[in-house]
Amino acid sequence: MARILVIAEHDGKRLNASTAKCVACASGIEGADIHVAVFAETGETLAAEAAGLAGVSKVIQVDNPANAYPLAAVLAPQVAQLAGAYTHVLGPSTTFGRDLMPRVAALLDVNQITDIMQVLGSHTFKRPIYAGNAIVTVEAAAGKQVVGTVRMASYRSVDSTGKAAIERAVVEAELPGHSRFVSLQAGKSDRPDLQTASRVVSGGRALASAENFAMIFKLADALGAAVGASRAAVDAGFVPNEMQVGQTGKIIAPELYIAVGISGAIQHLTGIKDAGTIVAINKDADAPIFEVADFGLVGDLFKLVPELEKALRT
Amino acid sequence: MDRILVGLKRVVDYNVRVRVRSDGSGVETDGVKMSINPFDEIALEEALRIRERGDAGEVVVVSIGPGDAQQQLRTGLAMGADRAILVETAAAPDPLTCARILLELVNREKPDLVILGKQAIDNDNSQTGQMLAALWGRPQATFASKLVLNGATATVTREVDSGLEILEVDLPAVVTVDLRMNEPRYVKLPDIMKAKKKPLDQIPLSGLGISMGDAPTVKAYEAPQQRQKGVMVPDVAALVAAMKDKGLL
Repeated sequence: MARILVIAEHDGKRLNASTAKCVACASGIEGADIHVAVFAETGETLAAEAAGLAGVSKVIQVDNPANAYPLAAVLAPQVAQLAGAYTHVLGPSTTFGRDLMPRVAALLDVNQITDIMQVLGSHTFKRPIYAGNAIVTVEAAAGKQVVGTVRMASYRSVDSTGKAAIERAVVEAELPGHSRFVSLQAGKSDRPDLQTASRVVSGGRALASAENFAMIFKLADALGAAVGASRAAVDAGFVPNEMQVGQTGKIIAPELYIAVGISGAIQHLTGIKDAGTIVAINKDADAPIFEVADFGLVGDLFKLVPELEKALRT
Repeated sequence: MDRILVGLKRVVDYNVRVRVRSDGSGVETDGVKMSINPFDEIALEEALRIRERGDAGEVVVVSIGPGDAQQQLRTGLAMGADRAILVETAAAPDPLTCARILLELVNREKPDLVILGKQAIDNDNSQTGQMLAALWGRPQATFASKLVLNGATATVTREVDSGLEILEVDLPAVVTVDLRMNEPRYVKLPDIMKAKKKPLDQIPLSGLGISMGDAPTVKAYEAPQQRQKGVMVPDVAALVAAMKDKGLL
């Protein structure tokens, strides 16, 4: 029997979709009894949301003013304290989970399995290495707890048909004061979240300016899509860093991905190879993006993108 | 501050297209170019800039692994590090063992700051920095794109999924760096000559009283599934039709 603790990711108001993906991964472990831990300042709504995730048997709500903002150094001792009763502790392979989970693993004296893409057994998993150029099957140390992060592009969220019990818990752990949250500059957007959107439109260096990038936003809005960008477009300052898709940005798996003016550097392709359908628009017929695109269109993006937007709106 | 410790891992150069061996026994590393992990190079550049501003006394570079990691340490010395330490192991250890080794070096060297890459581009684990911070009981600021020192504290800008997070941490602390923090300098020939005379300590793993930990064992290697090249469409109308045909619109 596997007793699995999933660490919920949230912004204080809503659960991040990554939590439902971690539950999906946990459900693949044989005999899984899945609990979700919600660490927040006041986690009532979040716990209720987690209780609805299909496959979860219990939600543990840990309210503490120190948990108002997720700091790895503050959360890790609490997670480690709770973890004693579990065989597995899973978190998302988002910047939240990648920051927190190795700190938890070290406190539990185990290595972490990073970026779980497939469960083969209670201690056996597939994960990518070398930016996804190789896939390894790894076996975690036998007889020890498994701490892992779940690769977001490999799992679909479980649905919200669950009815788990919610238990409030007080975790007695010494919390450090050496790390303090100052601020978060988050892009405000009504568009879908890039990491979990089913449609994504991305722009690259060929857009040539931040002003021209408006064209990508308009096309995305016509599709109800999230907006991404290549590293070149982010480095050039057209759009902020959180929009970067690729090896060092977000690795995504939308049903439809439209790459506009993106040549298709290997680092970018790593971020989109699990997409359902890839559409590429580029003026260079030899661009590597066309090697992976399901549909390719060669031409001037400044003419084609408005034309496509218009066609989609009619 | 007196000292900054920087970790340098020897990895397959980022320009090499890594391939799984046809017999599935591993990835092809014979004869491929080896380099400093690119994120670690950025970590070193940041440490050097801090020292050059007069905010740090010395920069010590550390590598863990077989003897040929000396090459990467020499490159680090040529970039400007003051001295180097190689902890010699038969193979590159797992992240937790690396963190234990770094903790032992931290106890000996007493750095005010440890700067590491956010991950190594071979195993993509992204664990060692966080683990060192946990074992050391000190702050961590991962995925950093900006580091400002203010005496006993540091203000770090982190690249997180939702944007840019600013964190204040007490020193000493562990910082792991992301790509946009800086652009590492090129090494000049006279610096390579000078680096040959800089101190490089070699310590066997047993000399630290640490043994290799329980690394996850790799059971199999396989090549990823490749995407197939699709079709080229002549115009926007054909593209929209193709997307509709596939049920995407």
